[in-house]
Amino acid sequence: MAPPNAKRSGFSRRAQYSIFTGYVLAGIGALIGGALLIVSLRDPHFFSGPRMDAMDAIAPVGKAGAVVRTESKGLLGTVQGYLSAGSRNARLREEVELARIRLAEADAVRNENQRLKALLKLTEEEIKPVAIARLIGGTSSSTRRFAFLSAGKKDGVAPGMPVRSARGLVGRVLEVGDSSARVLLLTDSESMVPVRRAKDNVIAFAEGRADGSLRLRLVNLGINPIREGDIFVTSGAGGLYRPGIAVAMATRLNKDGAIARLLSDPAATDFVVVDPIWKSVAVQAVTAPPGTPLP
Amino acid sequence: MNDPLRPPMRQANYRGQINRAHSPVLAGGTPWATIMLGSLAPVLPVIPAVPVLPPLGFLLLLGWRLVRPGLLPLWAGVPLGLFDDLFSGQPFGSAILLWSLALIAVELVEARFPWRGFLHDWQAAAALIILYIVASAVFSGGKLSVAPLVLGPQILLSILSYPIVAQMIALFDRMRLARIRKIG
Repeated sequence: MAPPNAKRSGFSRRAQYSIFTGYVLAGIGALIGGALLIVSLRDPHFFSGPRMDAMDAIAPVGKAGAVVRTESKGLLGTVQGYLSAGSRNARLREEVELARIRLAEADAVRNENQRLKALLKLTEEEIKPVAIARLIGGTSSSTRRFAFLSAGKKDGVAPGMPVRSARGLVGRVLEVGDSSARVLLLTDSESMVPVRRAKDNVIAFAEGRADGSLRLRLVNLGINPIREGDIFVTSGAGGLYRPGIAVAMATRLNKDGAIARLLSDPAATDFVVVDPIWKSVAVQAVTAPPGTPLP
Repeated sequence: MNDPLRPPMRQANYRGQINRAHSPVLAGGTPWATIMLGSLAPVLPVIPAVPVLPPLGFLLLLGWRLVRPGLLPLWAGVPLGLFDDLFSGQPFGSAILLWSLALIAVELVEARFPWRGFLHDWQAAAALIILYIVASAVFSGGKLSVAPLVLGPQILLSILSYPIVAQMIALFDRMRLARIRKIG
C-alpha cells in the first residue's frame, strides 16, 4: 500500500518541518537508547529499580499463568499416560524393585552417616528455605536466560540466594522487587556453578550455554574421567550454593569436559524453593562454638 | 439495491449504527496497547530453556508500521522500546535503540519503494527481524559462543510468523475503527 498523502510533503513548509521533526525525534531517541544501553552493559543492575517495579506490577497476572502451565502439563501427561500404560507398567514395576534395594542401601548409609556425625558432634539441622514460590515466566525471546519468581523482598528473598526445585538447582536470584524477583537460570551464558561428580570428587565448572545445555569444564586437566550419564552436583565451593544439590547429567564428552543436560528444566518446574546463601551458614559454623545449632 | 453510493457490504456492516462514531481512545490507542501487550510475552507461562519464541513486541511494531502506515509516529520506538526493555531481559536501552532504528529504516524503505505488495512488506520485515535478533544477541551482554545455533530457529520462526501477525493487525485495525461511541 502506498503511504498516505501526509507523507508526501510537497511544497507545504509546515508538512516538511513536521516530517523533519519526526526524523530528529527518532534519531535523538535512538541516541538516548544507545547511551542507556552502554550504561546498562557497564553496570547491569543500574536500572533494576524501575524494572523490578514493573515486574511487581504484573506479577499477579503471571502467577495465574503459572497455575495454567502446571495444570495443562498435568492434563497432557494424563492423556499420554493412557496411551503407553501397559508397557510402562511392567517397566515401572521392575524399576520399583530396584529402587527399593537402593533405598535400603541409602538407609544404611544414612544411619552410618548419622553415627559418624554424632561421633564428630556435628548437629544434624535442616536448612530452612527462605521462601517457596512459583516461577511465573521467563525471557522467552532474549538470548539471556532469566526467569521471574513470585516472591520478593517481602518474603525475605535477597540477591545471590540459590533457587532450586525438587529435581535440582534452577539458578540464583539476581534482582529483587517487593513481591517478585529475577532469577539467573543455570543455562544463561553468564552463569557459572562449581560442581563435582556425585560419586567421587571430580570437580568442574558448569557454564550455561544459552541453548538449554551446560558445559562442564574440568578444573584438573588431563585424561577426561567423565563418562556419559554421570550426574553432577554442586560442590559448595565459592560459598553460594550448598553442596549436594543435583545440577546436570553429562550427555556428550569433549576435550576438556562434557556437554551436560540440565536436570531441573525450568519449563517443567512448578514450585521452587529459595535457599539462604550457603556461605553465611559456613561462616557461622566455623566461628560458633561447637554444639550450637546452625540457622 | 444497485445504488453505487451504498454498496451492499457497507449497508450490512453499518446497519443500525447511524448515530455511532469511532471512539478516539480506541482508534488512537489500539496500536500502542497491542504492541505493549506483545512486549509482556515474558509473563506468558512458558519458560523455555532455549530462546525460541519470536520477539512479539517487535513483530507487532513492524506489523503496525507496515500494514497500517501513518498510525505510529516516527518516534514511537522510544516509549514502546522503553516498555519492552522493562520485561525482555535485554540490557536497558537495547530496544529503545533498535526499535527507533527499525522505524527509521522502514521510513527509508517506504520512501524508496512507495508502492509495495504484501510480499515486499514481508521481505522488509524479514530483513529487519534478522538484523534485530542478531543485534539483540550482540547487545545482550552474554557470551556469543553458541549464539548462531540458538538464533537460527528463532529467526526462522519469527519470519514465518510475520504473515500471521499481519493478519492479526488487520483484525485489530477493524476493531480499532468499530463504531461504539454514541453521538447525540
